[in-house]
Amino acid sequence: MEENKTYTISVYTENNLGLMNRISGIFLKRHINLESITASQSEIKGVTRFLFVIKLSEDKVRKLVGQIEKQIEVIKAYYHTDEETIYQESALYKIATDLLFDDRQIQNIIKNSNANIVTVAKDYFVIEKTGRRKETEQLYNELTPYGIKQFVRSGRISVSKEAMNISNTLQNFNY
Amino acid sequence: MENQTQVLEPKIITKKERLSGAEAVIRSLLEEGATLGYGYPGGAIMPVYDEIYKYQDQFTHILTRHEQGAIHAAQGFARVTGETGVVFATSGPGATNLVTGIADAQIDSTPLVCITGQVASHLLGTDAFQETDIIGISTPITKWNYQVTKAEEIPSVIAKAFFIANSGRPGPVLIDITKDAQMGSLDFSYEKCKGIRSYVPKPEMKINQVKAAAELINNAKKPFIVMGQGVIIGEAEKELKDFIEKAGIPTASTALGLSGLETNHPLHVGMVGMHGHYAPNIKTNDCDVFIAIGMRFDDRVTGDLSRYAKQAKVIHFEIDPAEVDKNVKTDVAVLGDVKETLTALLPLINNATHTKWHQEFKDLYAIEYDKVIKPQLEPNKIGLTMGEVIEGINKETSGEAVIVSDVGQHQMFACRYAKFTNTRSQVTSGGLGTMGFALPAAIGAKMGAPDREVIAIIGDGGYQMNIQELGTIFQTKTPVKIVVLNNSFLGMVRQWQELFFDKRYASTEMVNPDFVKIAAGYDIKANKVSKRENLRAAIREMVASNESYFLEVVIEKEGNVFPMVPTGAAVSECRLS
Repeated sequence: MEENKTYTISVYTENNLGLMNRISGIFLKRHINLESITASQSEIKGVTRFLFVIKLSEDKVRKLVGQIEKQIEVIKAYYHTDEETIYQESALYKIATDLLFDDRQIQNIIKNSNANIVTVAKDYFVIEKTGRRKETEQLYNELTPYGIKQFVRSGRISVSKEAMNISNTLQNFNY
Repeated sequence: MENQTQVLEPKIITKKERLSGAEAVIRSLLEEGATLGYGYPGGAIMPVYDEIYKYQDQFTHILTRHEQGAIHAAQGFARVTGETGVVFATSGPGATNLVTGIADAQIDSTPLVCITGQVASHLLGTDAFQETDIIGISTPITKWNYQVTKAEEIPSVIAKAFFIANSGRPGPVLIDITKDAQMGSLDFSYEKCKGIRSYVPKPEMKINQVKAAAELINNAKKPFIVMGQGVIIGEAEKELKDFIEKAGIPTASTALGLSGLETNHPLHVGMVGMHGHYAPNIKTNDCDVFIAIGMRFDDRVTGDLSRYAKQAKVIHFEIDPAEVDKNVKTDVAVLGDVKETLTALLPLINNATHTKWHQEFKDLYAIEYDKVIKPQLEPNKIGLTMGEVIEGINKETSGEAVIVSDVGQHQMFACRYAKFTNTRSQVTSGGLGTMGFALPAAIGAKMGAPDREVIAIIGDGGYQMNIQELGTIFQTKTPVKIVVLNNSFLGMVRQWQELFFDKRYASTEMVNPDFVKIAAGYDIKANKVSKRENLRAAIREMVASNESYFLEVVIEKEGNVFPMVPTGAAVSECRLS
């Protein structure tokens, strides 16, 4: 058995209704759980980019990518190891405002973690931290004793070190 | 989000007419050359049916007795013609009744365009009467699907649907059209779809792959070919034959590849798989170069993958890149349209005969003949065997018939014993194994090949799963021949219960009605035989009939299909008894 590793699957697609369902169904059919999902506009106008993070053997990832790429409205799909990508996650932490002023330590935590204060309201303030999972988790752990009212972390976003050449693929289409 | 799939703008501007969405549906079908469809009306698709009525001199609609019957009929039509089958159903239960057929068409690569009505767009998501999310339901089992909510989308979406369904590796497409889109109007002009930028129907052939394959083949001492339905879909029957005859390679077929090469061809060594022939199964694990052509290494073909053709170099001719290395690791993948790749391969191949290697197949066939085939064809027991019925059909039709089989023991007997002389003569539900497939599929097959004899071979279980389609035969007077091999059991499950569950026959014994009386109710000529001496005459009378005909053959109750590769066994552990 091949060893499971973390892979980022990048899928360039048309921006069409139902594609998310179609692609996630490919994982569901094979009983594969996703670590995270992100969908956004890509560098090309009208082309959506999905990012899926999974822990799987390379053999299975390769087959998955083949099945994904086979879908009519998928332009191209790739998979990469962590080493082959630049990746980040973003997290938001909502905390009671009085703590910010009453407890000097919180200010130090924010400063040392390179987090940003997004907003300060009468009752709460919101901290944003972008980085690797370890960093957002560390901040989470440090803030926990003060009481985190809400916490949310985005799916992974990443770019590959290698070129993906989607524009070339699309340019080659001429009928 | 709108449909942003980039389809090239039409270059020729045709004269525009103002049409309703529903009329545009029928006009678009006619533009695609589709003049026949199968379906069942209902509230949400009534505007389309109204246009079917108006266009009845140009477009024939076959009313089946159930939507499942409609889609299997369309599959039968598509399988014998290679054309795209067309299906209509209403929203809700109409659409969900298509699901089994869509899944069947997807796994067996059958081109279909299914058009379903949907509740009006303002009602979407309100749990309206007969509303179901058929797009969500059908997504994992369609090659493509799309919900139309505006009349003006109809021509371009139907053009895309036909292009996708029947290009590359074919498959089913579902178009869900809201009632308001059917009733709305548009300026109609039609342009066939020539390409979609995100879809590569067939990978470009790479000559280096062909050369690498040729080198392996030319150096092989014990080459072996397994052909699949890809050869038939790719219309590469002649290219395959030229290749195997030049290279002198024993060639077996998957269940769906049968009839792509005539059964009595000297290089045809039978069917592979769980109930395939002995020699090709054994030799899979003895050959030195294994050449897969347009097949996908289904588990029913391979048995235990870890002990499948491990000694051989594997070459895979395939149109679908996702199939390469999916189940069996290949040494050389030759991607592309099999007609092109085999054509390119032929001049690179050396003439060879492999006489000694061939003899090894013949020797194994002799063993199988003695232990399995002869007792089937010349039984010395009272009960009739399925094999002798199929053999009788071979003789009475000279192997010219289209054989449409259902699922179960009789299907494996049909695959093993039927003799095919023409391509597209074997229609069965292979991948999905859909009982109830054969009766409606035979109706579609007969309509697709009206000049050919079409014989449905069905078990007593599967027959009763879509028996209502006798009504379609009655109404349309379609002269299909129906042979029910009745052993009063769900025979294949019973066989497994006998072999693997200590003969605990849980819910497999069937108490059946008088099938002849049922056929009579539909005014279908019917006969029943249970004695060997009457069998051939009964088959002869059936084949001679110009009308539909039902023949029930009472089969020995507890017959088994052998050889058999039990689940989890290697193909070379094929059992003869």
